Amino acid sequence: MNIDILAQYLFSGLIYGSIYAVIALGFNIVYNATGIINFAQGEFVMLGGLLTHSFSAVLPLPLAILTAVAITAAVGGLLELVFIRNIGKLIRGKGSVSGGSGGGVMQLTIMTIGLSIGLREIALKIWGEQVQTVAFFSGTESSSLSIGGAHFSPQLLWIMGAAALIFLLLTGFFKYTLSGQAMRACSASRTGSRICGIKAEAMVTFSFILAAAIGAAAGAVTAPLTQTHYAIGTGLAIKGFTVAVFGGLGNSGAAVASGFILGIIESFSIIIFPEAFKDVVSIVLLLAVLFARPSGLFGSREAGRLKEF
Amino acid sequence: MMKIRAYIPLFIFIFISALIPVLTGMFQANFFLTQLTMSAYYALAALGLCLLLGYAGQISLGQAGFFAIGGYMSAMLSKAGLDPRLAFIAAVLAAALTAFLIGMPVLRLKGHYLAMATLGFGVVIEKVVRGLPVLGGADGLPNVPAFTIIGALRITGGKSERLANYLIAFVILAVCLTLMINLLSSRSGRALRALHGNEEAAAAMGVNTARAKLVAFVIAAVCAAVAGSLLTHFNGSIGPGEAGTMKSIRYLSIVAVGGLSNFTGTLAVGILLNFLSLRGVFGIYDDAVFGAILVVVMLLAPNGFSLSLPKRRKKEGVK
Repeated sequence: MNIDILAQYLFSGLIYGSIYAVIALGFNIVYNATGIINFAQGEFVMLGGLLTHSFSAVLPLPLAILTAVAITAAVGGLLELVFIRNIGKLIRGKGSVSGGSGGGVMQLTIMTIGLSIGLREIALKIWGEQVQTVAFFSGTESSSLSIGGAHFSPQLLWIMGAAALIFLLLTGFFKYTLSGQAMRACSASRTGSRICGIKAEAMVTFSFILAAAIGAAAGAVTAPLTQTHYAIGTGLAIKGFTVAVFGGLGNSGAAVASGFILGIIESFSIIIFPEAFKDVVSIVLLLAVLFARPSGLFGSREAGRLKEF
Repeated sequence: MMKIRAYIPLFIFIFISALIPVLTGMFQANFFLTQLTMSAYYALAALGLCLLLGYAGQISLGQAGFFAIGGYMSAMLSKAGLDPRLAFIAAVLAAALTAFLIGMPVLRLKGHYLAMATLGFGVVIEKVVRGLPVLGGADGLPNVPAFTIIGALRITGGKSERLANYLIAFVILAVCLTLMINLLSSRSGRALRALHGNEEAAAAMGVNTARAKLVAFVIAAVCAAVAGSLLTHFNGSIGPGEAGTMKSIRYLSIVAVGGLSNFTGTLAVGILLNFLSLRGVFGIYDDAVFGAILVVVMLLAPNGFSLSLPKRRKKEGVK
C-alpha cells in the first residue's frame, strides 16, 4: 500500500464527504423548521443533476446550473405549499387537544416518502433509465491535477469550493439576515415567533425552497464526476441523513464536519471490506453513534432533549 | 372476560375468507387462490407493521428487509437439508435478533429516527442479497423444498394443493390477527396504546416507552419474517426484489390506507392491493400507485380511513 493510493482514497472521501455534507445541510434546514425528516431531499439532488444535464444542451453551463437550481427550488416550494402545508393544517385543526408542534410529524414524514417516489417516477418518465452526465466545469474527463504524485480531477476543487460556499452563505444567512434570524426563531418556537409577527408558514415554505436549492446545486456540481440517474436519490438521502444524525440533527457545522469524517472513513473502508459493504459501514457507524451518543457526535445533550419531534 | 366486540372484525374476516374459495369453486376460478395465498402472506408482513406504525407510532422502512431475512434464511437452511420447520424457527429468530439490535439504540430516541435507520437497514439487506453469491445474487434462490407442517399438510405451490394452501395461509392470518387483538388488551398492549395517545403521559404513568416501542418493532419484524419464510416455501423460490425499498414502502402504504391503527383494515387492504398488483392491474405504474396512495391518504385522511366498525374508543375511556 503506497502513499499515492492512500491519497487517492482521501480525494474520493473528500468528494463524497462534500456531497454528504451538503445533503445533510438540506436535511437540517427542513428539520429545524418543521421537525420533518424530508425523504425527498435526495430527489432534489437528483433533479439538480438531471436538469443541469438537459439545460446544458441548450444553455451555457453556468446558466444551465442556475436554471436547474431555480426549477428545483420552485419544485421544493410547490411541494410544501400543496402537500405539507395542507396536511399540517388538517392535523392541527383536528388534534388541537393533544397540541404540540410535533402532532403530525409522522404523517408529514410519510407524506415526504410518497412525494419522493412521485419525483422519482416523474424523473424516470422524463430522463429514462440510463445514466446521464454533465460536462466537466473545467478541462475534460482526462485532465487532472496532482499533489505529490496523487492525481485528482479539477472537478474536486469545484465540488469542495461549492460545498464551502454553500456552507458560508447559509451560515451568513442564518446569522446576519432578518429572514435567516426569523427562520431560526421559528425553529426555536413556532408560537413564540408567530406572536412576534413572523409568518411561520412562509418560513416553512422558504425552508423547503432553500433545502431544494442547495440539494440541486450539489447535484449539479457533482454530476460530472459521479454521473447521475433517476434513482440516485434514496441512497444519497440515507447518507445525508446518516451524516446529519452522526453530527447531531439540526447542527450545520457538525453536519459539514461529520460529512467529511464519514466520506473519508467510507472510502478508506475499501482497504478492509469489499466495495459492496461501503454502505454497511456507514449504517453500522450510525447505529454505533446513536447507541453511544444519542444526540450525535457534536450534539449537546440539552439540544437533543429540546427537539421533541 | 374479553369483550366479544373486539373480535367482531375477526369473525367477519374468517367468514369472508371462508366464502372466497366457495365462490372461486363455483365460478371455476380457482387460479385466483394462488395469488390470494401470496397476498395473504404479504398482508401478514403489513399486519406487523400496523402494530408498529399505528400503535407505537414509529415508521419503519425495513419491513421488506426482515421479510427477506426470513425468506432467505429459510431457503438457505432448508436447501442445505435442514427440516423446514427448524429452518423456519431459525429464520424467525434471526429476524427478531436483528430487529432487537437495530431497535435498541434507535428507539431510545424521540422522533422518527427509526424511519431512516430502517431504510438504511433495508438498503443494506438488499445490497447483501444481491451481492453475495451464496444467496444467488440477482437470480435469488430457486428450488426451495416444500414446508411439511404435519403429515400430508404442506406449504407448496402445487396445483393440487392450491385450496389447502389457501386455507393454511388464511388460518395463519386469522391466528395472527387474534394474537394481535389479544396483545392490545394485554399489559404490553395497553402500554402501546398509551404510547399512541401521548408519549409523555405514558412515560409519566410508568410505561417504559423505549421498551414498548422495541417490543412492537420486534413483533413487526417477526411477522415479516414468518411471512417471508412461508411465502418462500409456497413460491419455491425467493429473489432480491423481495428485499427492495419499494416493497417496504408498499407495506407502509397498505397500513396507511388500512387506517394506521386498524388490523382488519390493514389485512383487507393488504390482500386486495397485493392481489391487484400480482394480477398486473397497475401495469408499469406499480410503484407509482403505492407512492400516490401514500400522498393521497396523508392528504385526505392523515389519521387513516376507518374501515372497521364505528369507533368505540370514547366508551372504553369512560369505563
